[in-house]
Amino acid sequence: MQTTQKSIKERIIHYVENHSGEILQNDPPEMAQLRRKAFQLFKTQGIPGRNLESWKNTDIQSILDQEYHCSPEPESRKINVETFFHCNIPDLDTLMVNTLNGYYIYRHSPLKKHPNGVIIGSLAEAKKQYPQLVDENYGKCAIDTIDGMISLNTALANDGVFVYVPDNVEMKEAIQIVHINHNEERLLTNVRNLIVVGKNSSLTLVHCDDSYTKQAAFINSLTEIIVKQNAVVDHYKLQNLNNNTTLINQVFFSQFADSRVHSVAMTLNGGLIRNYAHTRFHEPGAEANVLGLYLVDKTQNVDNQVYINHTAPNCTSNELFKGLIDDQAKAIFNGHIKVHRNAQKTIAYQNNKNLLLTDKARIVAKPFLEIYADDVKCSHGATVGQLDNDALFYLMSRGISKESARMLLMYAFAAEVINEIKIDVLRNQIDDMVKKRLHGELDICETCVLHCQNREREITFPIDMSKI
Amino acid sequence: MLSIKNLTVSIENKQILKGLNLEINKGEVHAIMGPNGTGKSTLANIIAGKNIYTIEEGTIDYMGKNLMEMEVDERANEGIFLSFQYPVEIPGVSMVNFMRTAINEQRQYHGKDPLSAAEFLQKMEEKKKLVEIHSKLTNRSVNEGFSGGEKKKNEIFQMAMLEPVLAILDETDSGLDIDALRVVANGVNKLRNENNAFIVITHYQRLLDYIIPDFVHVLFEGKIVKSGGKELALELEQKGYEWLNQPSK
Repeated sequence: MQTTQKSIKERIIHYVENHSGEILQNDPPEMAQLRRKAFQLFKTQGIPGRNLESWKNTDIQSILDQEYHCSPEPESRKINVETFFHCNIPDLDTLMVNTLNGYYIYRHSPLKKHPNGVIIGSLAEAKKQYPQLVDENYGKCAIDTIDGMISLNTALANDGVFVYVPDNVEMKEAIQIVHINHNEERLLTNVRNLIVVGKNSSLTLVHCDDSYTKQAAFINSLTEIIVKQNAVVDHYKLQNLNNNTTLINQVFFSQFADSRVHSVAMTLNGGLIRNYAHTRFHEPGAEANVLGLYLVDKTQNVDNQVYINHTAPNCTSNELFKGLIDDQAKAIFNGHIKVHRNAQKTIAYQNNKNLLLTDKARIVAKPFLEIYADDVKCSHGATVGQLDNDALFYLMSRGISKESARMLLMYAFAAEVINEIKIDVLRNQIDDMVKKRLHGELDICETCVLHCQNREREITFPIDMSKI
Repeated sequence: MLSIKNLTVSIENKQILKGLNLEINKGEVHAIMGPNGTGKSTLANIIAGKNIYTIEEGTIDYMGKNLMEMEVDERANEGIFLSFQYPVEIPGVSMVNFMRTAINEQRQYHGKDPLSAAEFLQKMEEKKKLVEIHSKLTNRSVNEGFSGGEKKKNEIFQMAMLEPVLAILDETDSGLDIDALRVVANGVNKLRNENNAFIVITHYQRLLDYIIPDFVHVLFEGKIVKSGGKELALELEQKGYEWLNQPSK
């Protein structure tokens, strides 16, 4: 990947062909096979372009035309993460794990089996220690044929977080995955997480993406979450990245009978963020709530893609995505619900609501239902509006300034999603962050507590957003 | 306190107020009556500062200042309060957050320190008693899911919290049962004193049995066509508004 003359696709192919030994070295046989297949697929797919329907409004090719480096396995695995940050949310009882530029940070050990049988650690290490467990589940939710970012991740990703919750275990502590990008040169990071939650078990997962330098980065993140019979997963994503960062974040849920997933994605800052949430109901009785909130301004771009695949009867899905779009920012929402012929008694709702705060803010919303069963309850809708003038007048007529009145209304709009965060301390913290964000105090470039654009200043954490 | 001279106002090229005059002094309660569509709510909205109207002519002087040059929030902080005919529902904004923001912005405007949480809650409990609101407002969004009566009581509650100099009640009685009407009237009566003034806009004489006005004005086709004491309200109730057309014939 030395020359910028070649296309990104050619550079990636060149890189893989020269480094195939390193890339394949830890793979169990089935996984190596999966990787080779994905690479072949990527060779035909390439980086998704705007000719693809779901990428029509998000151009990553021009971003990747610049020079990016793939990150080799870092010496930083044994880095002391406490030098980066410490936890300031006193009551948030989480088990925290970190990845740095796509690689798991070892801390005390690369992989740990807890007394209750829960395994948490590095995916690369899990391949060595639990090859069968990884092989059984890896690559079973993600669908490489969807587009080149997914096949690229399968082909290139070497590490990430592995979580295994055996049957009948209720995880009381939330697991918090913090992905950090800290780079001196432009990095192309492929990170892969695999989460398996056994029958009748429950898990709360908090997943954060943060940047610590102003350097441009391209993160291609993929998380597979397998939710077995009657299991419950609460999943929270928080994104607060610098405006030079591109994040492609793909989450695949596989849901079995009577399982429940509650997923809330909060995008507070980021240059270009694409969230792809894919849920497949394999067996009846499962339920998924997929929610999102995006607050974007300046020239930020956020693209939310949700695909819910009802292949089994009696499942329920509920989507709510809300966005506040300011300045010249752009947001995209594509919601696709597919109800197969045998998926009778499906209940599927989809809703996307947007507030455009300026004339130049843009939203492209495309709610889409594809239904082949005849006994279903489905609805979809998208709204785009401005702040309600009657409500503004009402608030101002009580002496509240226009600025504060706008703030109250924007916050109220966002609160519907914030209130879906079930962990009290996390909800309060995000609530605070959203308020700060709306006041312009959480602007990652200028006034953010991380001061990533201004590194001579000491990094202090009055609120520790990295930990959320 | 308030002096309106020759106010002529239109909306979308349709004239609504046609040279209205009104003088209000401290300690007075003025009732404005009149049939539908004669400009009563327009007058209330203009005083509060709603900017959907075109002022063609006239002046409004409020305590020596040109009211037209003041923003909506500035008017409120200078003591003007409008009890809305149709209070707006604002999902997601809690009553507590709303009132605390309003009170503290008003205090800031007058150079006072913000109320502490404890002081604020105490004040809120006091004023809730005044308007007989029994429900917990803490977790409720502004007017969301409130019944018609609750919404109007909530307007009076806000008035009690903000202690205005000039309060305008825009058909606060419409849609109220007799108990709610009494509560609303009691609230007004307890708040009225020699330093403030009220404009009570209503269709019916009924409210004026409880809030005794000093003056009654009849607004008809964009003008005040008749003014008098409280007995004028009774006369209107008996003879109807049609009676107003007859003297000129």
